[in-house]
Amino acid sequence: MKTDMVIAGVGGQGILSIAAALGSAALDNDLYMKQAETHGMSQRGGDVQSFMRISDKPIYSDLIPAGGADIILSVEPMEALRYLPYLKKGGYVVTNSTPFVNIPDYPEMEELEKTIKELPNYVLIDADKIAEETTGSKRAFNFVMLGAASPFIDVPFEYLEEGIRKIFGRKGEEVVEMNIKALHAGRKFAEENK
Amino acid sequence: MQKSLLLGVEAIAQGAIDGGMSGVYAYPGTPSTEITEYIQHSKQAQELNIHRDWAANEKTAMESALGMSYAGKRSMVCMKHVGLNVAADCFMNAAITGANGGMLIVVADDPSMHSSQNEQDSRVYGKFAMMPILEPSNQQEAYDMTRFGFELSEACEIPVLLRLTTRLAHSRAGVVRAAEVVAQNEMKLPEDKVQFVLLPGIARKRYKLLLNNQAKFETASEESPYNTYTEGTDKSMGIIACGLGYNYLMENYPNGDCPYPVVKVSQYPIPRTMIQKITSECDKVMILEEGYPVVEEMLKGYLEKEAVIGRLDGTLSRDGELKPEMVGRALGFDVEEGAEVPNLVSARPPALCVGCSHIDVYTALNEVVAEYGEGRVFADIGCYTLGALPPFNAINSCVDMGASITMAKGAADAGLIPSVAVIGDSTFTHSGMTGLLDAINEKTPITVIISDNESISMTGGQHSSAKGKLEAICEGLGVEEDHLHVLTAVPKKRDDLKEMLRKEFEYQGVSVIIPRRVCVQKNVRDQKIKKAAKAKAAAKA
Repeated sequence: MKTDMVIAGVGGQGILSIAAALGSAALDNDLYMKQAETHGMSQRGGDVQSFMRISDKPIYSDLIPAGGADIILSVEPMEALRYLPYLKKGGYVVTNSTPFVNIPDYPEMEELEKTIKELPNYVLIDADKIAEETTGSKRAFNFVMLGAASPFIDVPFEYLEEGIRKIFGRKGEEVVEMNIKALHAGRKFAEENK
Repeated sequence: MQKSLLLGVEAIAQGAIDGGMSGVYAYPGTPSTEITEYIQHSKQAQELNIHRDWAANEKTAMESALGMSYAGKRSMVCMKHVGLNVAADCFMNAAITGANGGMLIVVADDPSMHSSQNEQDSRVYGKFAMMPILEPSNQQEAYDMTRFGFELSEACEIPVLLRLTTRLAHSRAGVVRAAEVVAQNEMKLPEDKVQFVLLPGIARKRYKLLLNNQAKFETASEESPYNTYTEGTDKSMGIIACGLGYNYLMENYPNGDCPYPVVKVSQYPIPRTMIQKITSECDKVMILEEGYPVVEEMLKGYLEKEAVIGRLDGTLSRDGELKPEMVGRALGFDVEEGAEVPNLVSARPPALCVGCSHIDVYTALNEVVAEYGEGRVFADIGCYTLGALPPFNAINSCVDMGASITMAKGAADAGLIPSVAVIGDSTFTHSGMTGLLDAINEKTPITVIISDNESISMTGGQHSSAKGKLEAICEGLGVEEDHLHVLTAVPKKRDDLKEMLRKEFEYQGVSVIIPRRVCVQKNVRDQKIKKAAKAKAAAKA
């Protein structure tokens, strides 16, 4: 049991909550995990990534080797492509289709979609829309994304639910349920569109 | 065993709390900031009454930590690598005074310069000061070695440098905490009443003692549980792996079947017997170290009598942080990378936040500077350094904390008039005040803009030592009343700011303009905290 995943996005998009839920899930189930993240300067609207590694054996490197990631999970479509050198052959790109445009030379959406659709294994999902449709709020889009990546993560799905319960427990049952709903909706979409 | 999910920096913080520390002193700096923040937020630290306020800079922090050690208690000082330059005066001399209570100097290096001006390796400083160095390779070691570091410091009677780098600092893993929390030391003054008095006569004796103690530090390294020798079957090569280098080595042998003998180094001075064994038994030695080729240079020597490979001969890249695939290639593995980054992917550089007060400052400044010709704006270290990037392209220097004011002064001395300094509130109290005094004493024609957002923002909105004190400091240093201005940094006051700049650019002396508005990120966080406190109070009522 071993999954190496690059989680990508833009500073401020909250990719760390995805990592936190996964981390909690791994630890509570006696799996080893390491999760490296970006702090400091890049957080000001720059590209940020987190390397998430889960295994039933001890993990040494905090960094995923280039060509070693099983999954790229990106909450933003252009950012998904930035980390392709990390993806292993046969690995999956799971990305949100909603762009985060804060630069003047952001590529044309059509071009971007075309490039993603040329990848051998991908799930392109409008997580913002699905989050809004299923929970009434875009806020849970991060967990739609985790749900969409879940078929390719070598960790039982229930663990992810537990992880969400753990990290959002203090915010009340409503927040927990919203994010779990989002998780299921994302998984369903990925199963039907992978 | 119950594990806590901790960043490397958090593991150090928890290790220090559990290790009997009485106080942490620090100035924020990526990637070291969260050590102190963790202690500030820790209920346990609060209950133990551990000192945990921010200091004005790394030098004041280290001196306070040394004072606490003098009084017999365990202290820790934390900073980023370039912060050690600021504190270097105290650092070098603290090796000579030695410690009374255990003292840990935690320095987080930033190879690859993710958020820094250079990638200097603090182990060089440790060697310079002849101090023992600890370099944990993972989060568990970060926790254990922090506790261990206090004991080592007390046993060797000297402050100990604990060095880590960005990857360990900002990577999380499960950490098992020790069953026991070490009690804090009672106050106990040094037995030798002049130990800390570095008059030449005493300093010479203390320095000799430091030299004589090197053998003792080496023995401690030989006996350290964090330095290990693993036998190997293939002696065509031996590997010395320091700190994180060990992880990247083992990553390439997931089944633990590395055929080469390996020395893992996490405590310095390097363990002589192990090094002698591996160099004499193996045909050549590969050194894996994160940062400068410190150990490699030492073993290779100027005359290159030993067969040593690593960063100096190009086996590994000379600069930047180590990466697992880089080490894989050096070990001769066929590393297959993924696809290339498609051309349509654009760079997404960091930028000032929407609504940031620095934007108002740079917009006004650019217009007025254009009237005089560009190339005259000396900036400093903080979010406003992003003024170097489009759309502003507003600044011409960023060198070290406080250099804006003094570089503007030097340029004005050379005839570049007007010269302008842009510095943040916290950077000003960190290292800008003394430079301003120089300019005032010589009545140098410079205009200093203290862009005051009432926060240390780049590192996450920590409390600024300057808060509420800037005008009084400037007046006290001798800025003339007519040339000290404060205004709110908002778009509708940009014209006022421009007028002020034009007027002060013409003044042949020191002017200080303080555009002030709280950091937008800090504001959001403060509102959240207020709201939460209100909700808590309401729930109680």
